[in-house]
Amino acid sequence: MKTFLILGAGTGGTMMANKLSKRLDRQEWKIVLVDRDETHYYQPGFLFLPFEYYAPEKVYQPKRKFVPSGVEFILSDIELIEPDANKVTLTKDKQVIHYDQLLLATGTDIHPEEIEGMNEGGWRKNIFDFYTFEGAMALRGFLKNFNGGRVVLNIAEMPIKCPVAPLEFMYLADYYFKQRGIRNKVDLVFTTPLSGAFTKPVSAKLLGDVMTKKGIHTEADFAVSGVDSGKNTISSYDGREIKYDLLVTIPTNMGAEVIGRSGMGDDLNFVPTNKFTLQSDKHQNVWVIGDATNIPASKAGSVVHYSAETLIENVISAVEGKELEAKFDGHSTCHIVSGNNKSLLIDFSYETEPLPGLYPFPVVGPFPLLKESTFNYLGKLAFKWVYWNIMLKGIPFPLPPEYSIAGKQRVA
Amino acid sequence: MSVLDSVKFDADGYLEDPKVWTKEIAEAIAKREGVTLTERSWVVINYSRKEFETKGEAPTLRAITKNTDVDTKELYSLFPGGPGKLAAKVSGLHKPTGCI
Repeated sequence: MKTFLILGAGTGGTMMANKLSKRLDRQEWKIVLVDRDETHYYQPGFLFLPFEYYAPEKVYQPKRKFVPSGVEFILSDIELIEPDANKVTLTKDKQVIHYDQLLLATGTDIHPEEIEGMNEGGWRKNIFDFYTFEGAMALRGFLKNFNGGRVVLNIAEMPIKCPVAPLEFMYLADYYFKQRGIRNKVDLVFTTPLSGAFTKPVSAKLLGDVMTKKGIHTEADFAVSGVDSGKNTISSYDGREIKYDLLVTIPTNMGAEVIGRSGMGDDLNFVPTNKFTLQSDKHQNVWVIGDATNIPASKAGSVVHYSAETLIENVISAVEGKELEAKFDGHSTCHIVSGNNKSLLIDFSYETEPLPGLYPFPVVGPFPLLKESTFNYLGKLAFKWVYWNIMLKGIPFPLPPEYSIAGKQRVA
Repeated sequence: MSVLDSVKFDADGYLEDPKVWTKEIAEAIAKREGVTLTERSWVVINYSRKEFETKGEAPTLRAITKNTDVDTKELYSLFPGGPGKLAAKVSGLHKPTGCI
């Protein structure tokens, strides 16, 4: 019996476990799925928790519920991966698993300790993240009692999971404080290491004034050097110092520590991966999906979903001794919630930046692209159901995974 | 005639095609941007070019400071203002962008 080992039962690992259990010959293959945590979080929901759009219990479910029958699920941390010996040692009982094929779906986490002073005195007092359930809930508690002052959001460095979430946070904050009637008592400041809120030419052209219109100040090229939680200031390497009453941070994102420990990662513990085949650059029987990879696509659920279609074909080809023919094109589709019950939809790939136009969607579609609409927002809200009931279970979607230019307009 | 006349730049002054880059072009871009290149600047430029050749994009500030002996403070003195952008520009690479 051969072993297909999957490390990580998040979006990518769960989806692939479901696909593999349908496609691999179960007389020949045993599938093992390992994760250190019992709870599966609907991560797009974290954005909404601070503003009380969702009850907390709407964003999590037990991981086991999504593990297909016949797949062995082991709850344990991972001590070491030894790809040259085709083996993995788990923390629990020091269990050793010898594998024939390995899928790394170990995701990414936030690392506030990478920024000087970030996780010291002010951490979870007036400094919060919203990329973890605990962070988003703590921020929810803080916002309830916040009656005015300066809210500063900082992106520490790229890449980050869901690169549009910081923008969405600012838009929702603007809307939230308006609803509470205290918008005039709140300063909103967006600090980014990039050259602006929008860096792609078409987005910059079409959306460039959104921040100003909403009264959000952008501090661009802000490379954070540290936080002083005694003085409540955040500083940049070029000498800028900004005072905050509330600091919302998107700390450095890094891949799993076991990736670093096992010598399989880059500077940020992301695994060097072929961006077309999703095979590890170094080992032919190691595959990588989602946030764990270093591919130049967004770290987002839609990328996991689209790339899983490529990955399953390539894995099946590999175990059958055939050439890898499927190629991932970097396709990504993201909602950008913009407040006032509206959102924008963007669709892009390795080669093509987000463009305006219409996104064809069977039955309910089409959705307007790169443009605010209430209809898009309804689509975003409906997505939670789709995630739990269709995506995680690896059920094919009535949408082709490849990026398509159909419906889009080229902008000069 | 400057060596820069023979190559194309985008609206922000970044070299359109990173592959046509030469050391002479780097010197000329640096001059245009008002930066003097030292031996230490070349540590950063050579590393950036090497990264581009293997990965196809400019390295992040973190990668530069982790994989060379140039720390963040020195990086700012070598490429004042925004070292990420300026080092990329002189190295003939594209500026870092987000997805939107």
